[in-house]
Amino acid sequence: MNKKELLVAGLQNGTVIDHIPSDQLFKVVSMLKLDTLSNPITIGNNLMSKKSGTKGIIKVTDKYFEKNEIDRVALIAPHAKLNRIANYEVVEKKELELPDELIDIVKCANPKCISNKEPMASRFDVIDKKNIVVKCHYCEKALHKDDIVLL
Amino acid sequence: MNANSFVSIYDVSKEKIIELLESAKRFEENPNQDLLHGKIVATLFFEPSTRTRLSFETAVNRLGGRVIGFSDASTTSSSKGETLKDTITMVSGYADLIIMRHYLDGAARYASEISSIPIINAGDGSNQHPSQTMLDLYSIFKTQGTLENLNICMVGDLKYGRTVHSLLMALSKFNPTFRFVAPEELKMPLEYKIFCDNNNINYSEHTDLMEVIDEADILYMTRVQRERFIDLMEYEKVKNCYILKNKMLDHTKENLKVLHPLPRVNEIESDVDSNPKAYYFQQARNGVFARQAIICDVLGIK
Repeated sequence: MNKKELLVAGLQNGTVIDHIPSDQLFKVVSMLKLDTLSNPITIGNNLMSKKSGTKGIIKVTDKYFEKNEIDRVALIAPHAKLNRIANYEVVEKKELELPDELIDIVKCANPKCISNKEPMASRFDVIDKKNIVVKCHYCEKALHKDDIVLL
Repeated sequence: MNANSFVSIYDVSKEKIIELLESAKRFEENPNQDLLHGKIVATLFFEPSTRTRLSFETAVNRLGGRVIGFSDASTTSSSKGETLKDTITMVSGYADLIIMRHYLDGAARYASEISSIPIINAGDGSNQHPSQTMLDLYSIFKTQGTLENLNICMVGDLKYGRTVHSLLMALSKFNPTFRFVAPEELKMPLEYKIFCDNNNINYSEHTDLMEVIDEADILYMTRVQRERFIDLMEYEKVKNCYILKNKMLDHTKENLKVLHPLPRVNEIESDVDSNPKAYYFQQARNGVFARQAIICDVLGIK
């Protein structure tokens, strides 16, 4: 039994997010507002990864995240693996993937965009999932991965 | 949300473009038709624009509709801090159609999601001005008899000029050849060149207009705007580089037409005005017919 399976097996109910790039681990922690939860949480970082150097892992007991929360994580850790555990069994296992549309997740970088001036949700179309390029549905300006700021 | 809105030229298919041009042609032949009888059109100009507003209001009046609205947001409740959402919701209870110009990018798209009546975008910040694109297309169609396989030479501010970007995207459906003539500081942005590459569209970049002027079917001039420059020294350096003089048209093609979205400052010398190849004033007049076509289309008339 390898280490990953051990970690997953240790959870009765909850969520495991694995294969988070080490440099994004604490961003994911803050994005998911784990500091506000009282559930048992295990966070590991700089663990050996067969795929790419080191990785981070987050294990949260009795917590399943909403799609909107997971979509945010997909933006900064697009290849992380999400496992939903129920009664010690993995009931869902998937690689995070950007959705076609991001609603109220990304802040438009254009200061003259209506979405920054009106009390409204931002809306972006994902135009390149591989390189992470999104385009504002309103002002039609494209944002590349490194320029993306989350709301 | 109203599905018939006319917000972005990117939403308009090739078939729809041709349909609108045919419709504009019929309006030019017969501009006064009582198709909007009993209809009220609201022209909401949160940012002033004389030509666009007058052109739209002329279009509505020639179609027998009535106009309400404002031409300066400082006299409206938006200056008191009313949201765009509230203004649009209110007006969509009064009128049958909203024609709006706004200083913020994306305002028209947002309005179209709120409004129960169609929205026509008459310019949203630096983003889109699709009725300008339609009148440019109509001017090209009318003078060349087709939109297909034309050599289009775009000159001046190709970096910030939204009219050239929208025209480029619309013409890309018609197998064009583009010549981009601009100073280094105002070159066509990379994203549009990538778009051309991806769609096998022939283009080249130049700094000297004389290199390409003689092969052009359309010479699309733009204004190098002072307010676009952070460094005014740069502006002084390039402002006079792309001035069209009558003599420069001597060896150009017979069918060449010179277009300009107006207002012009000095980028076309006044001696060009009397040259039959100068077309910018007729182009502005074509705006009324193109807008009549758009208005009737969004209202589902004919």
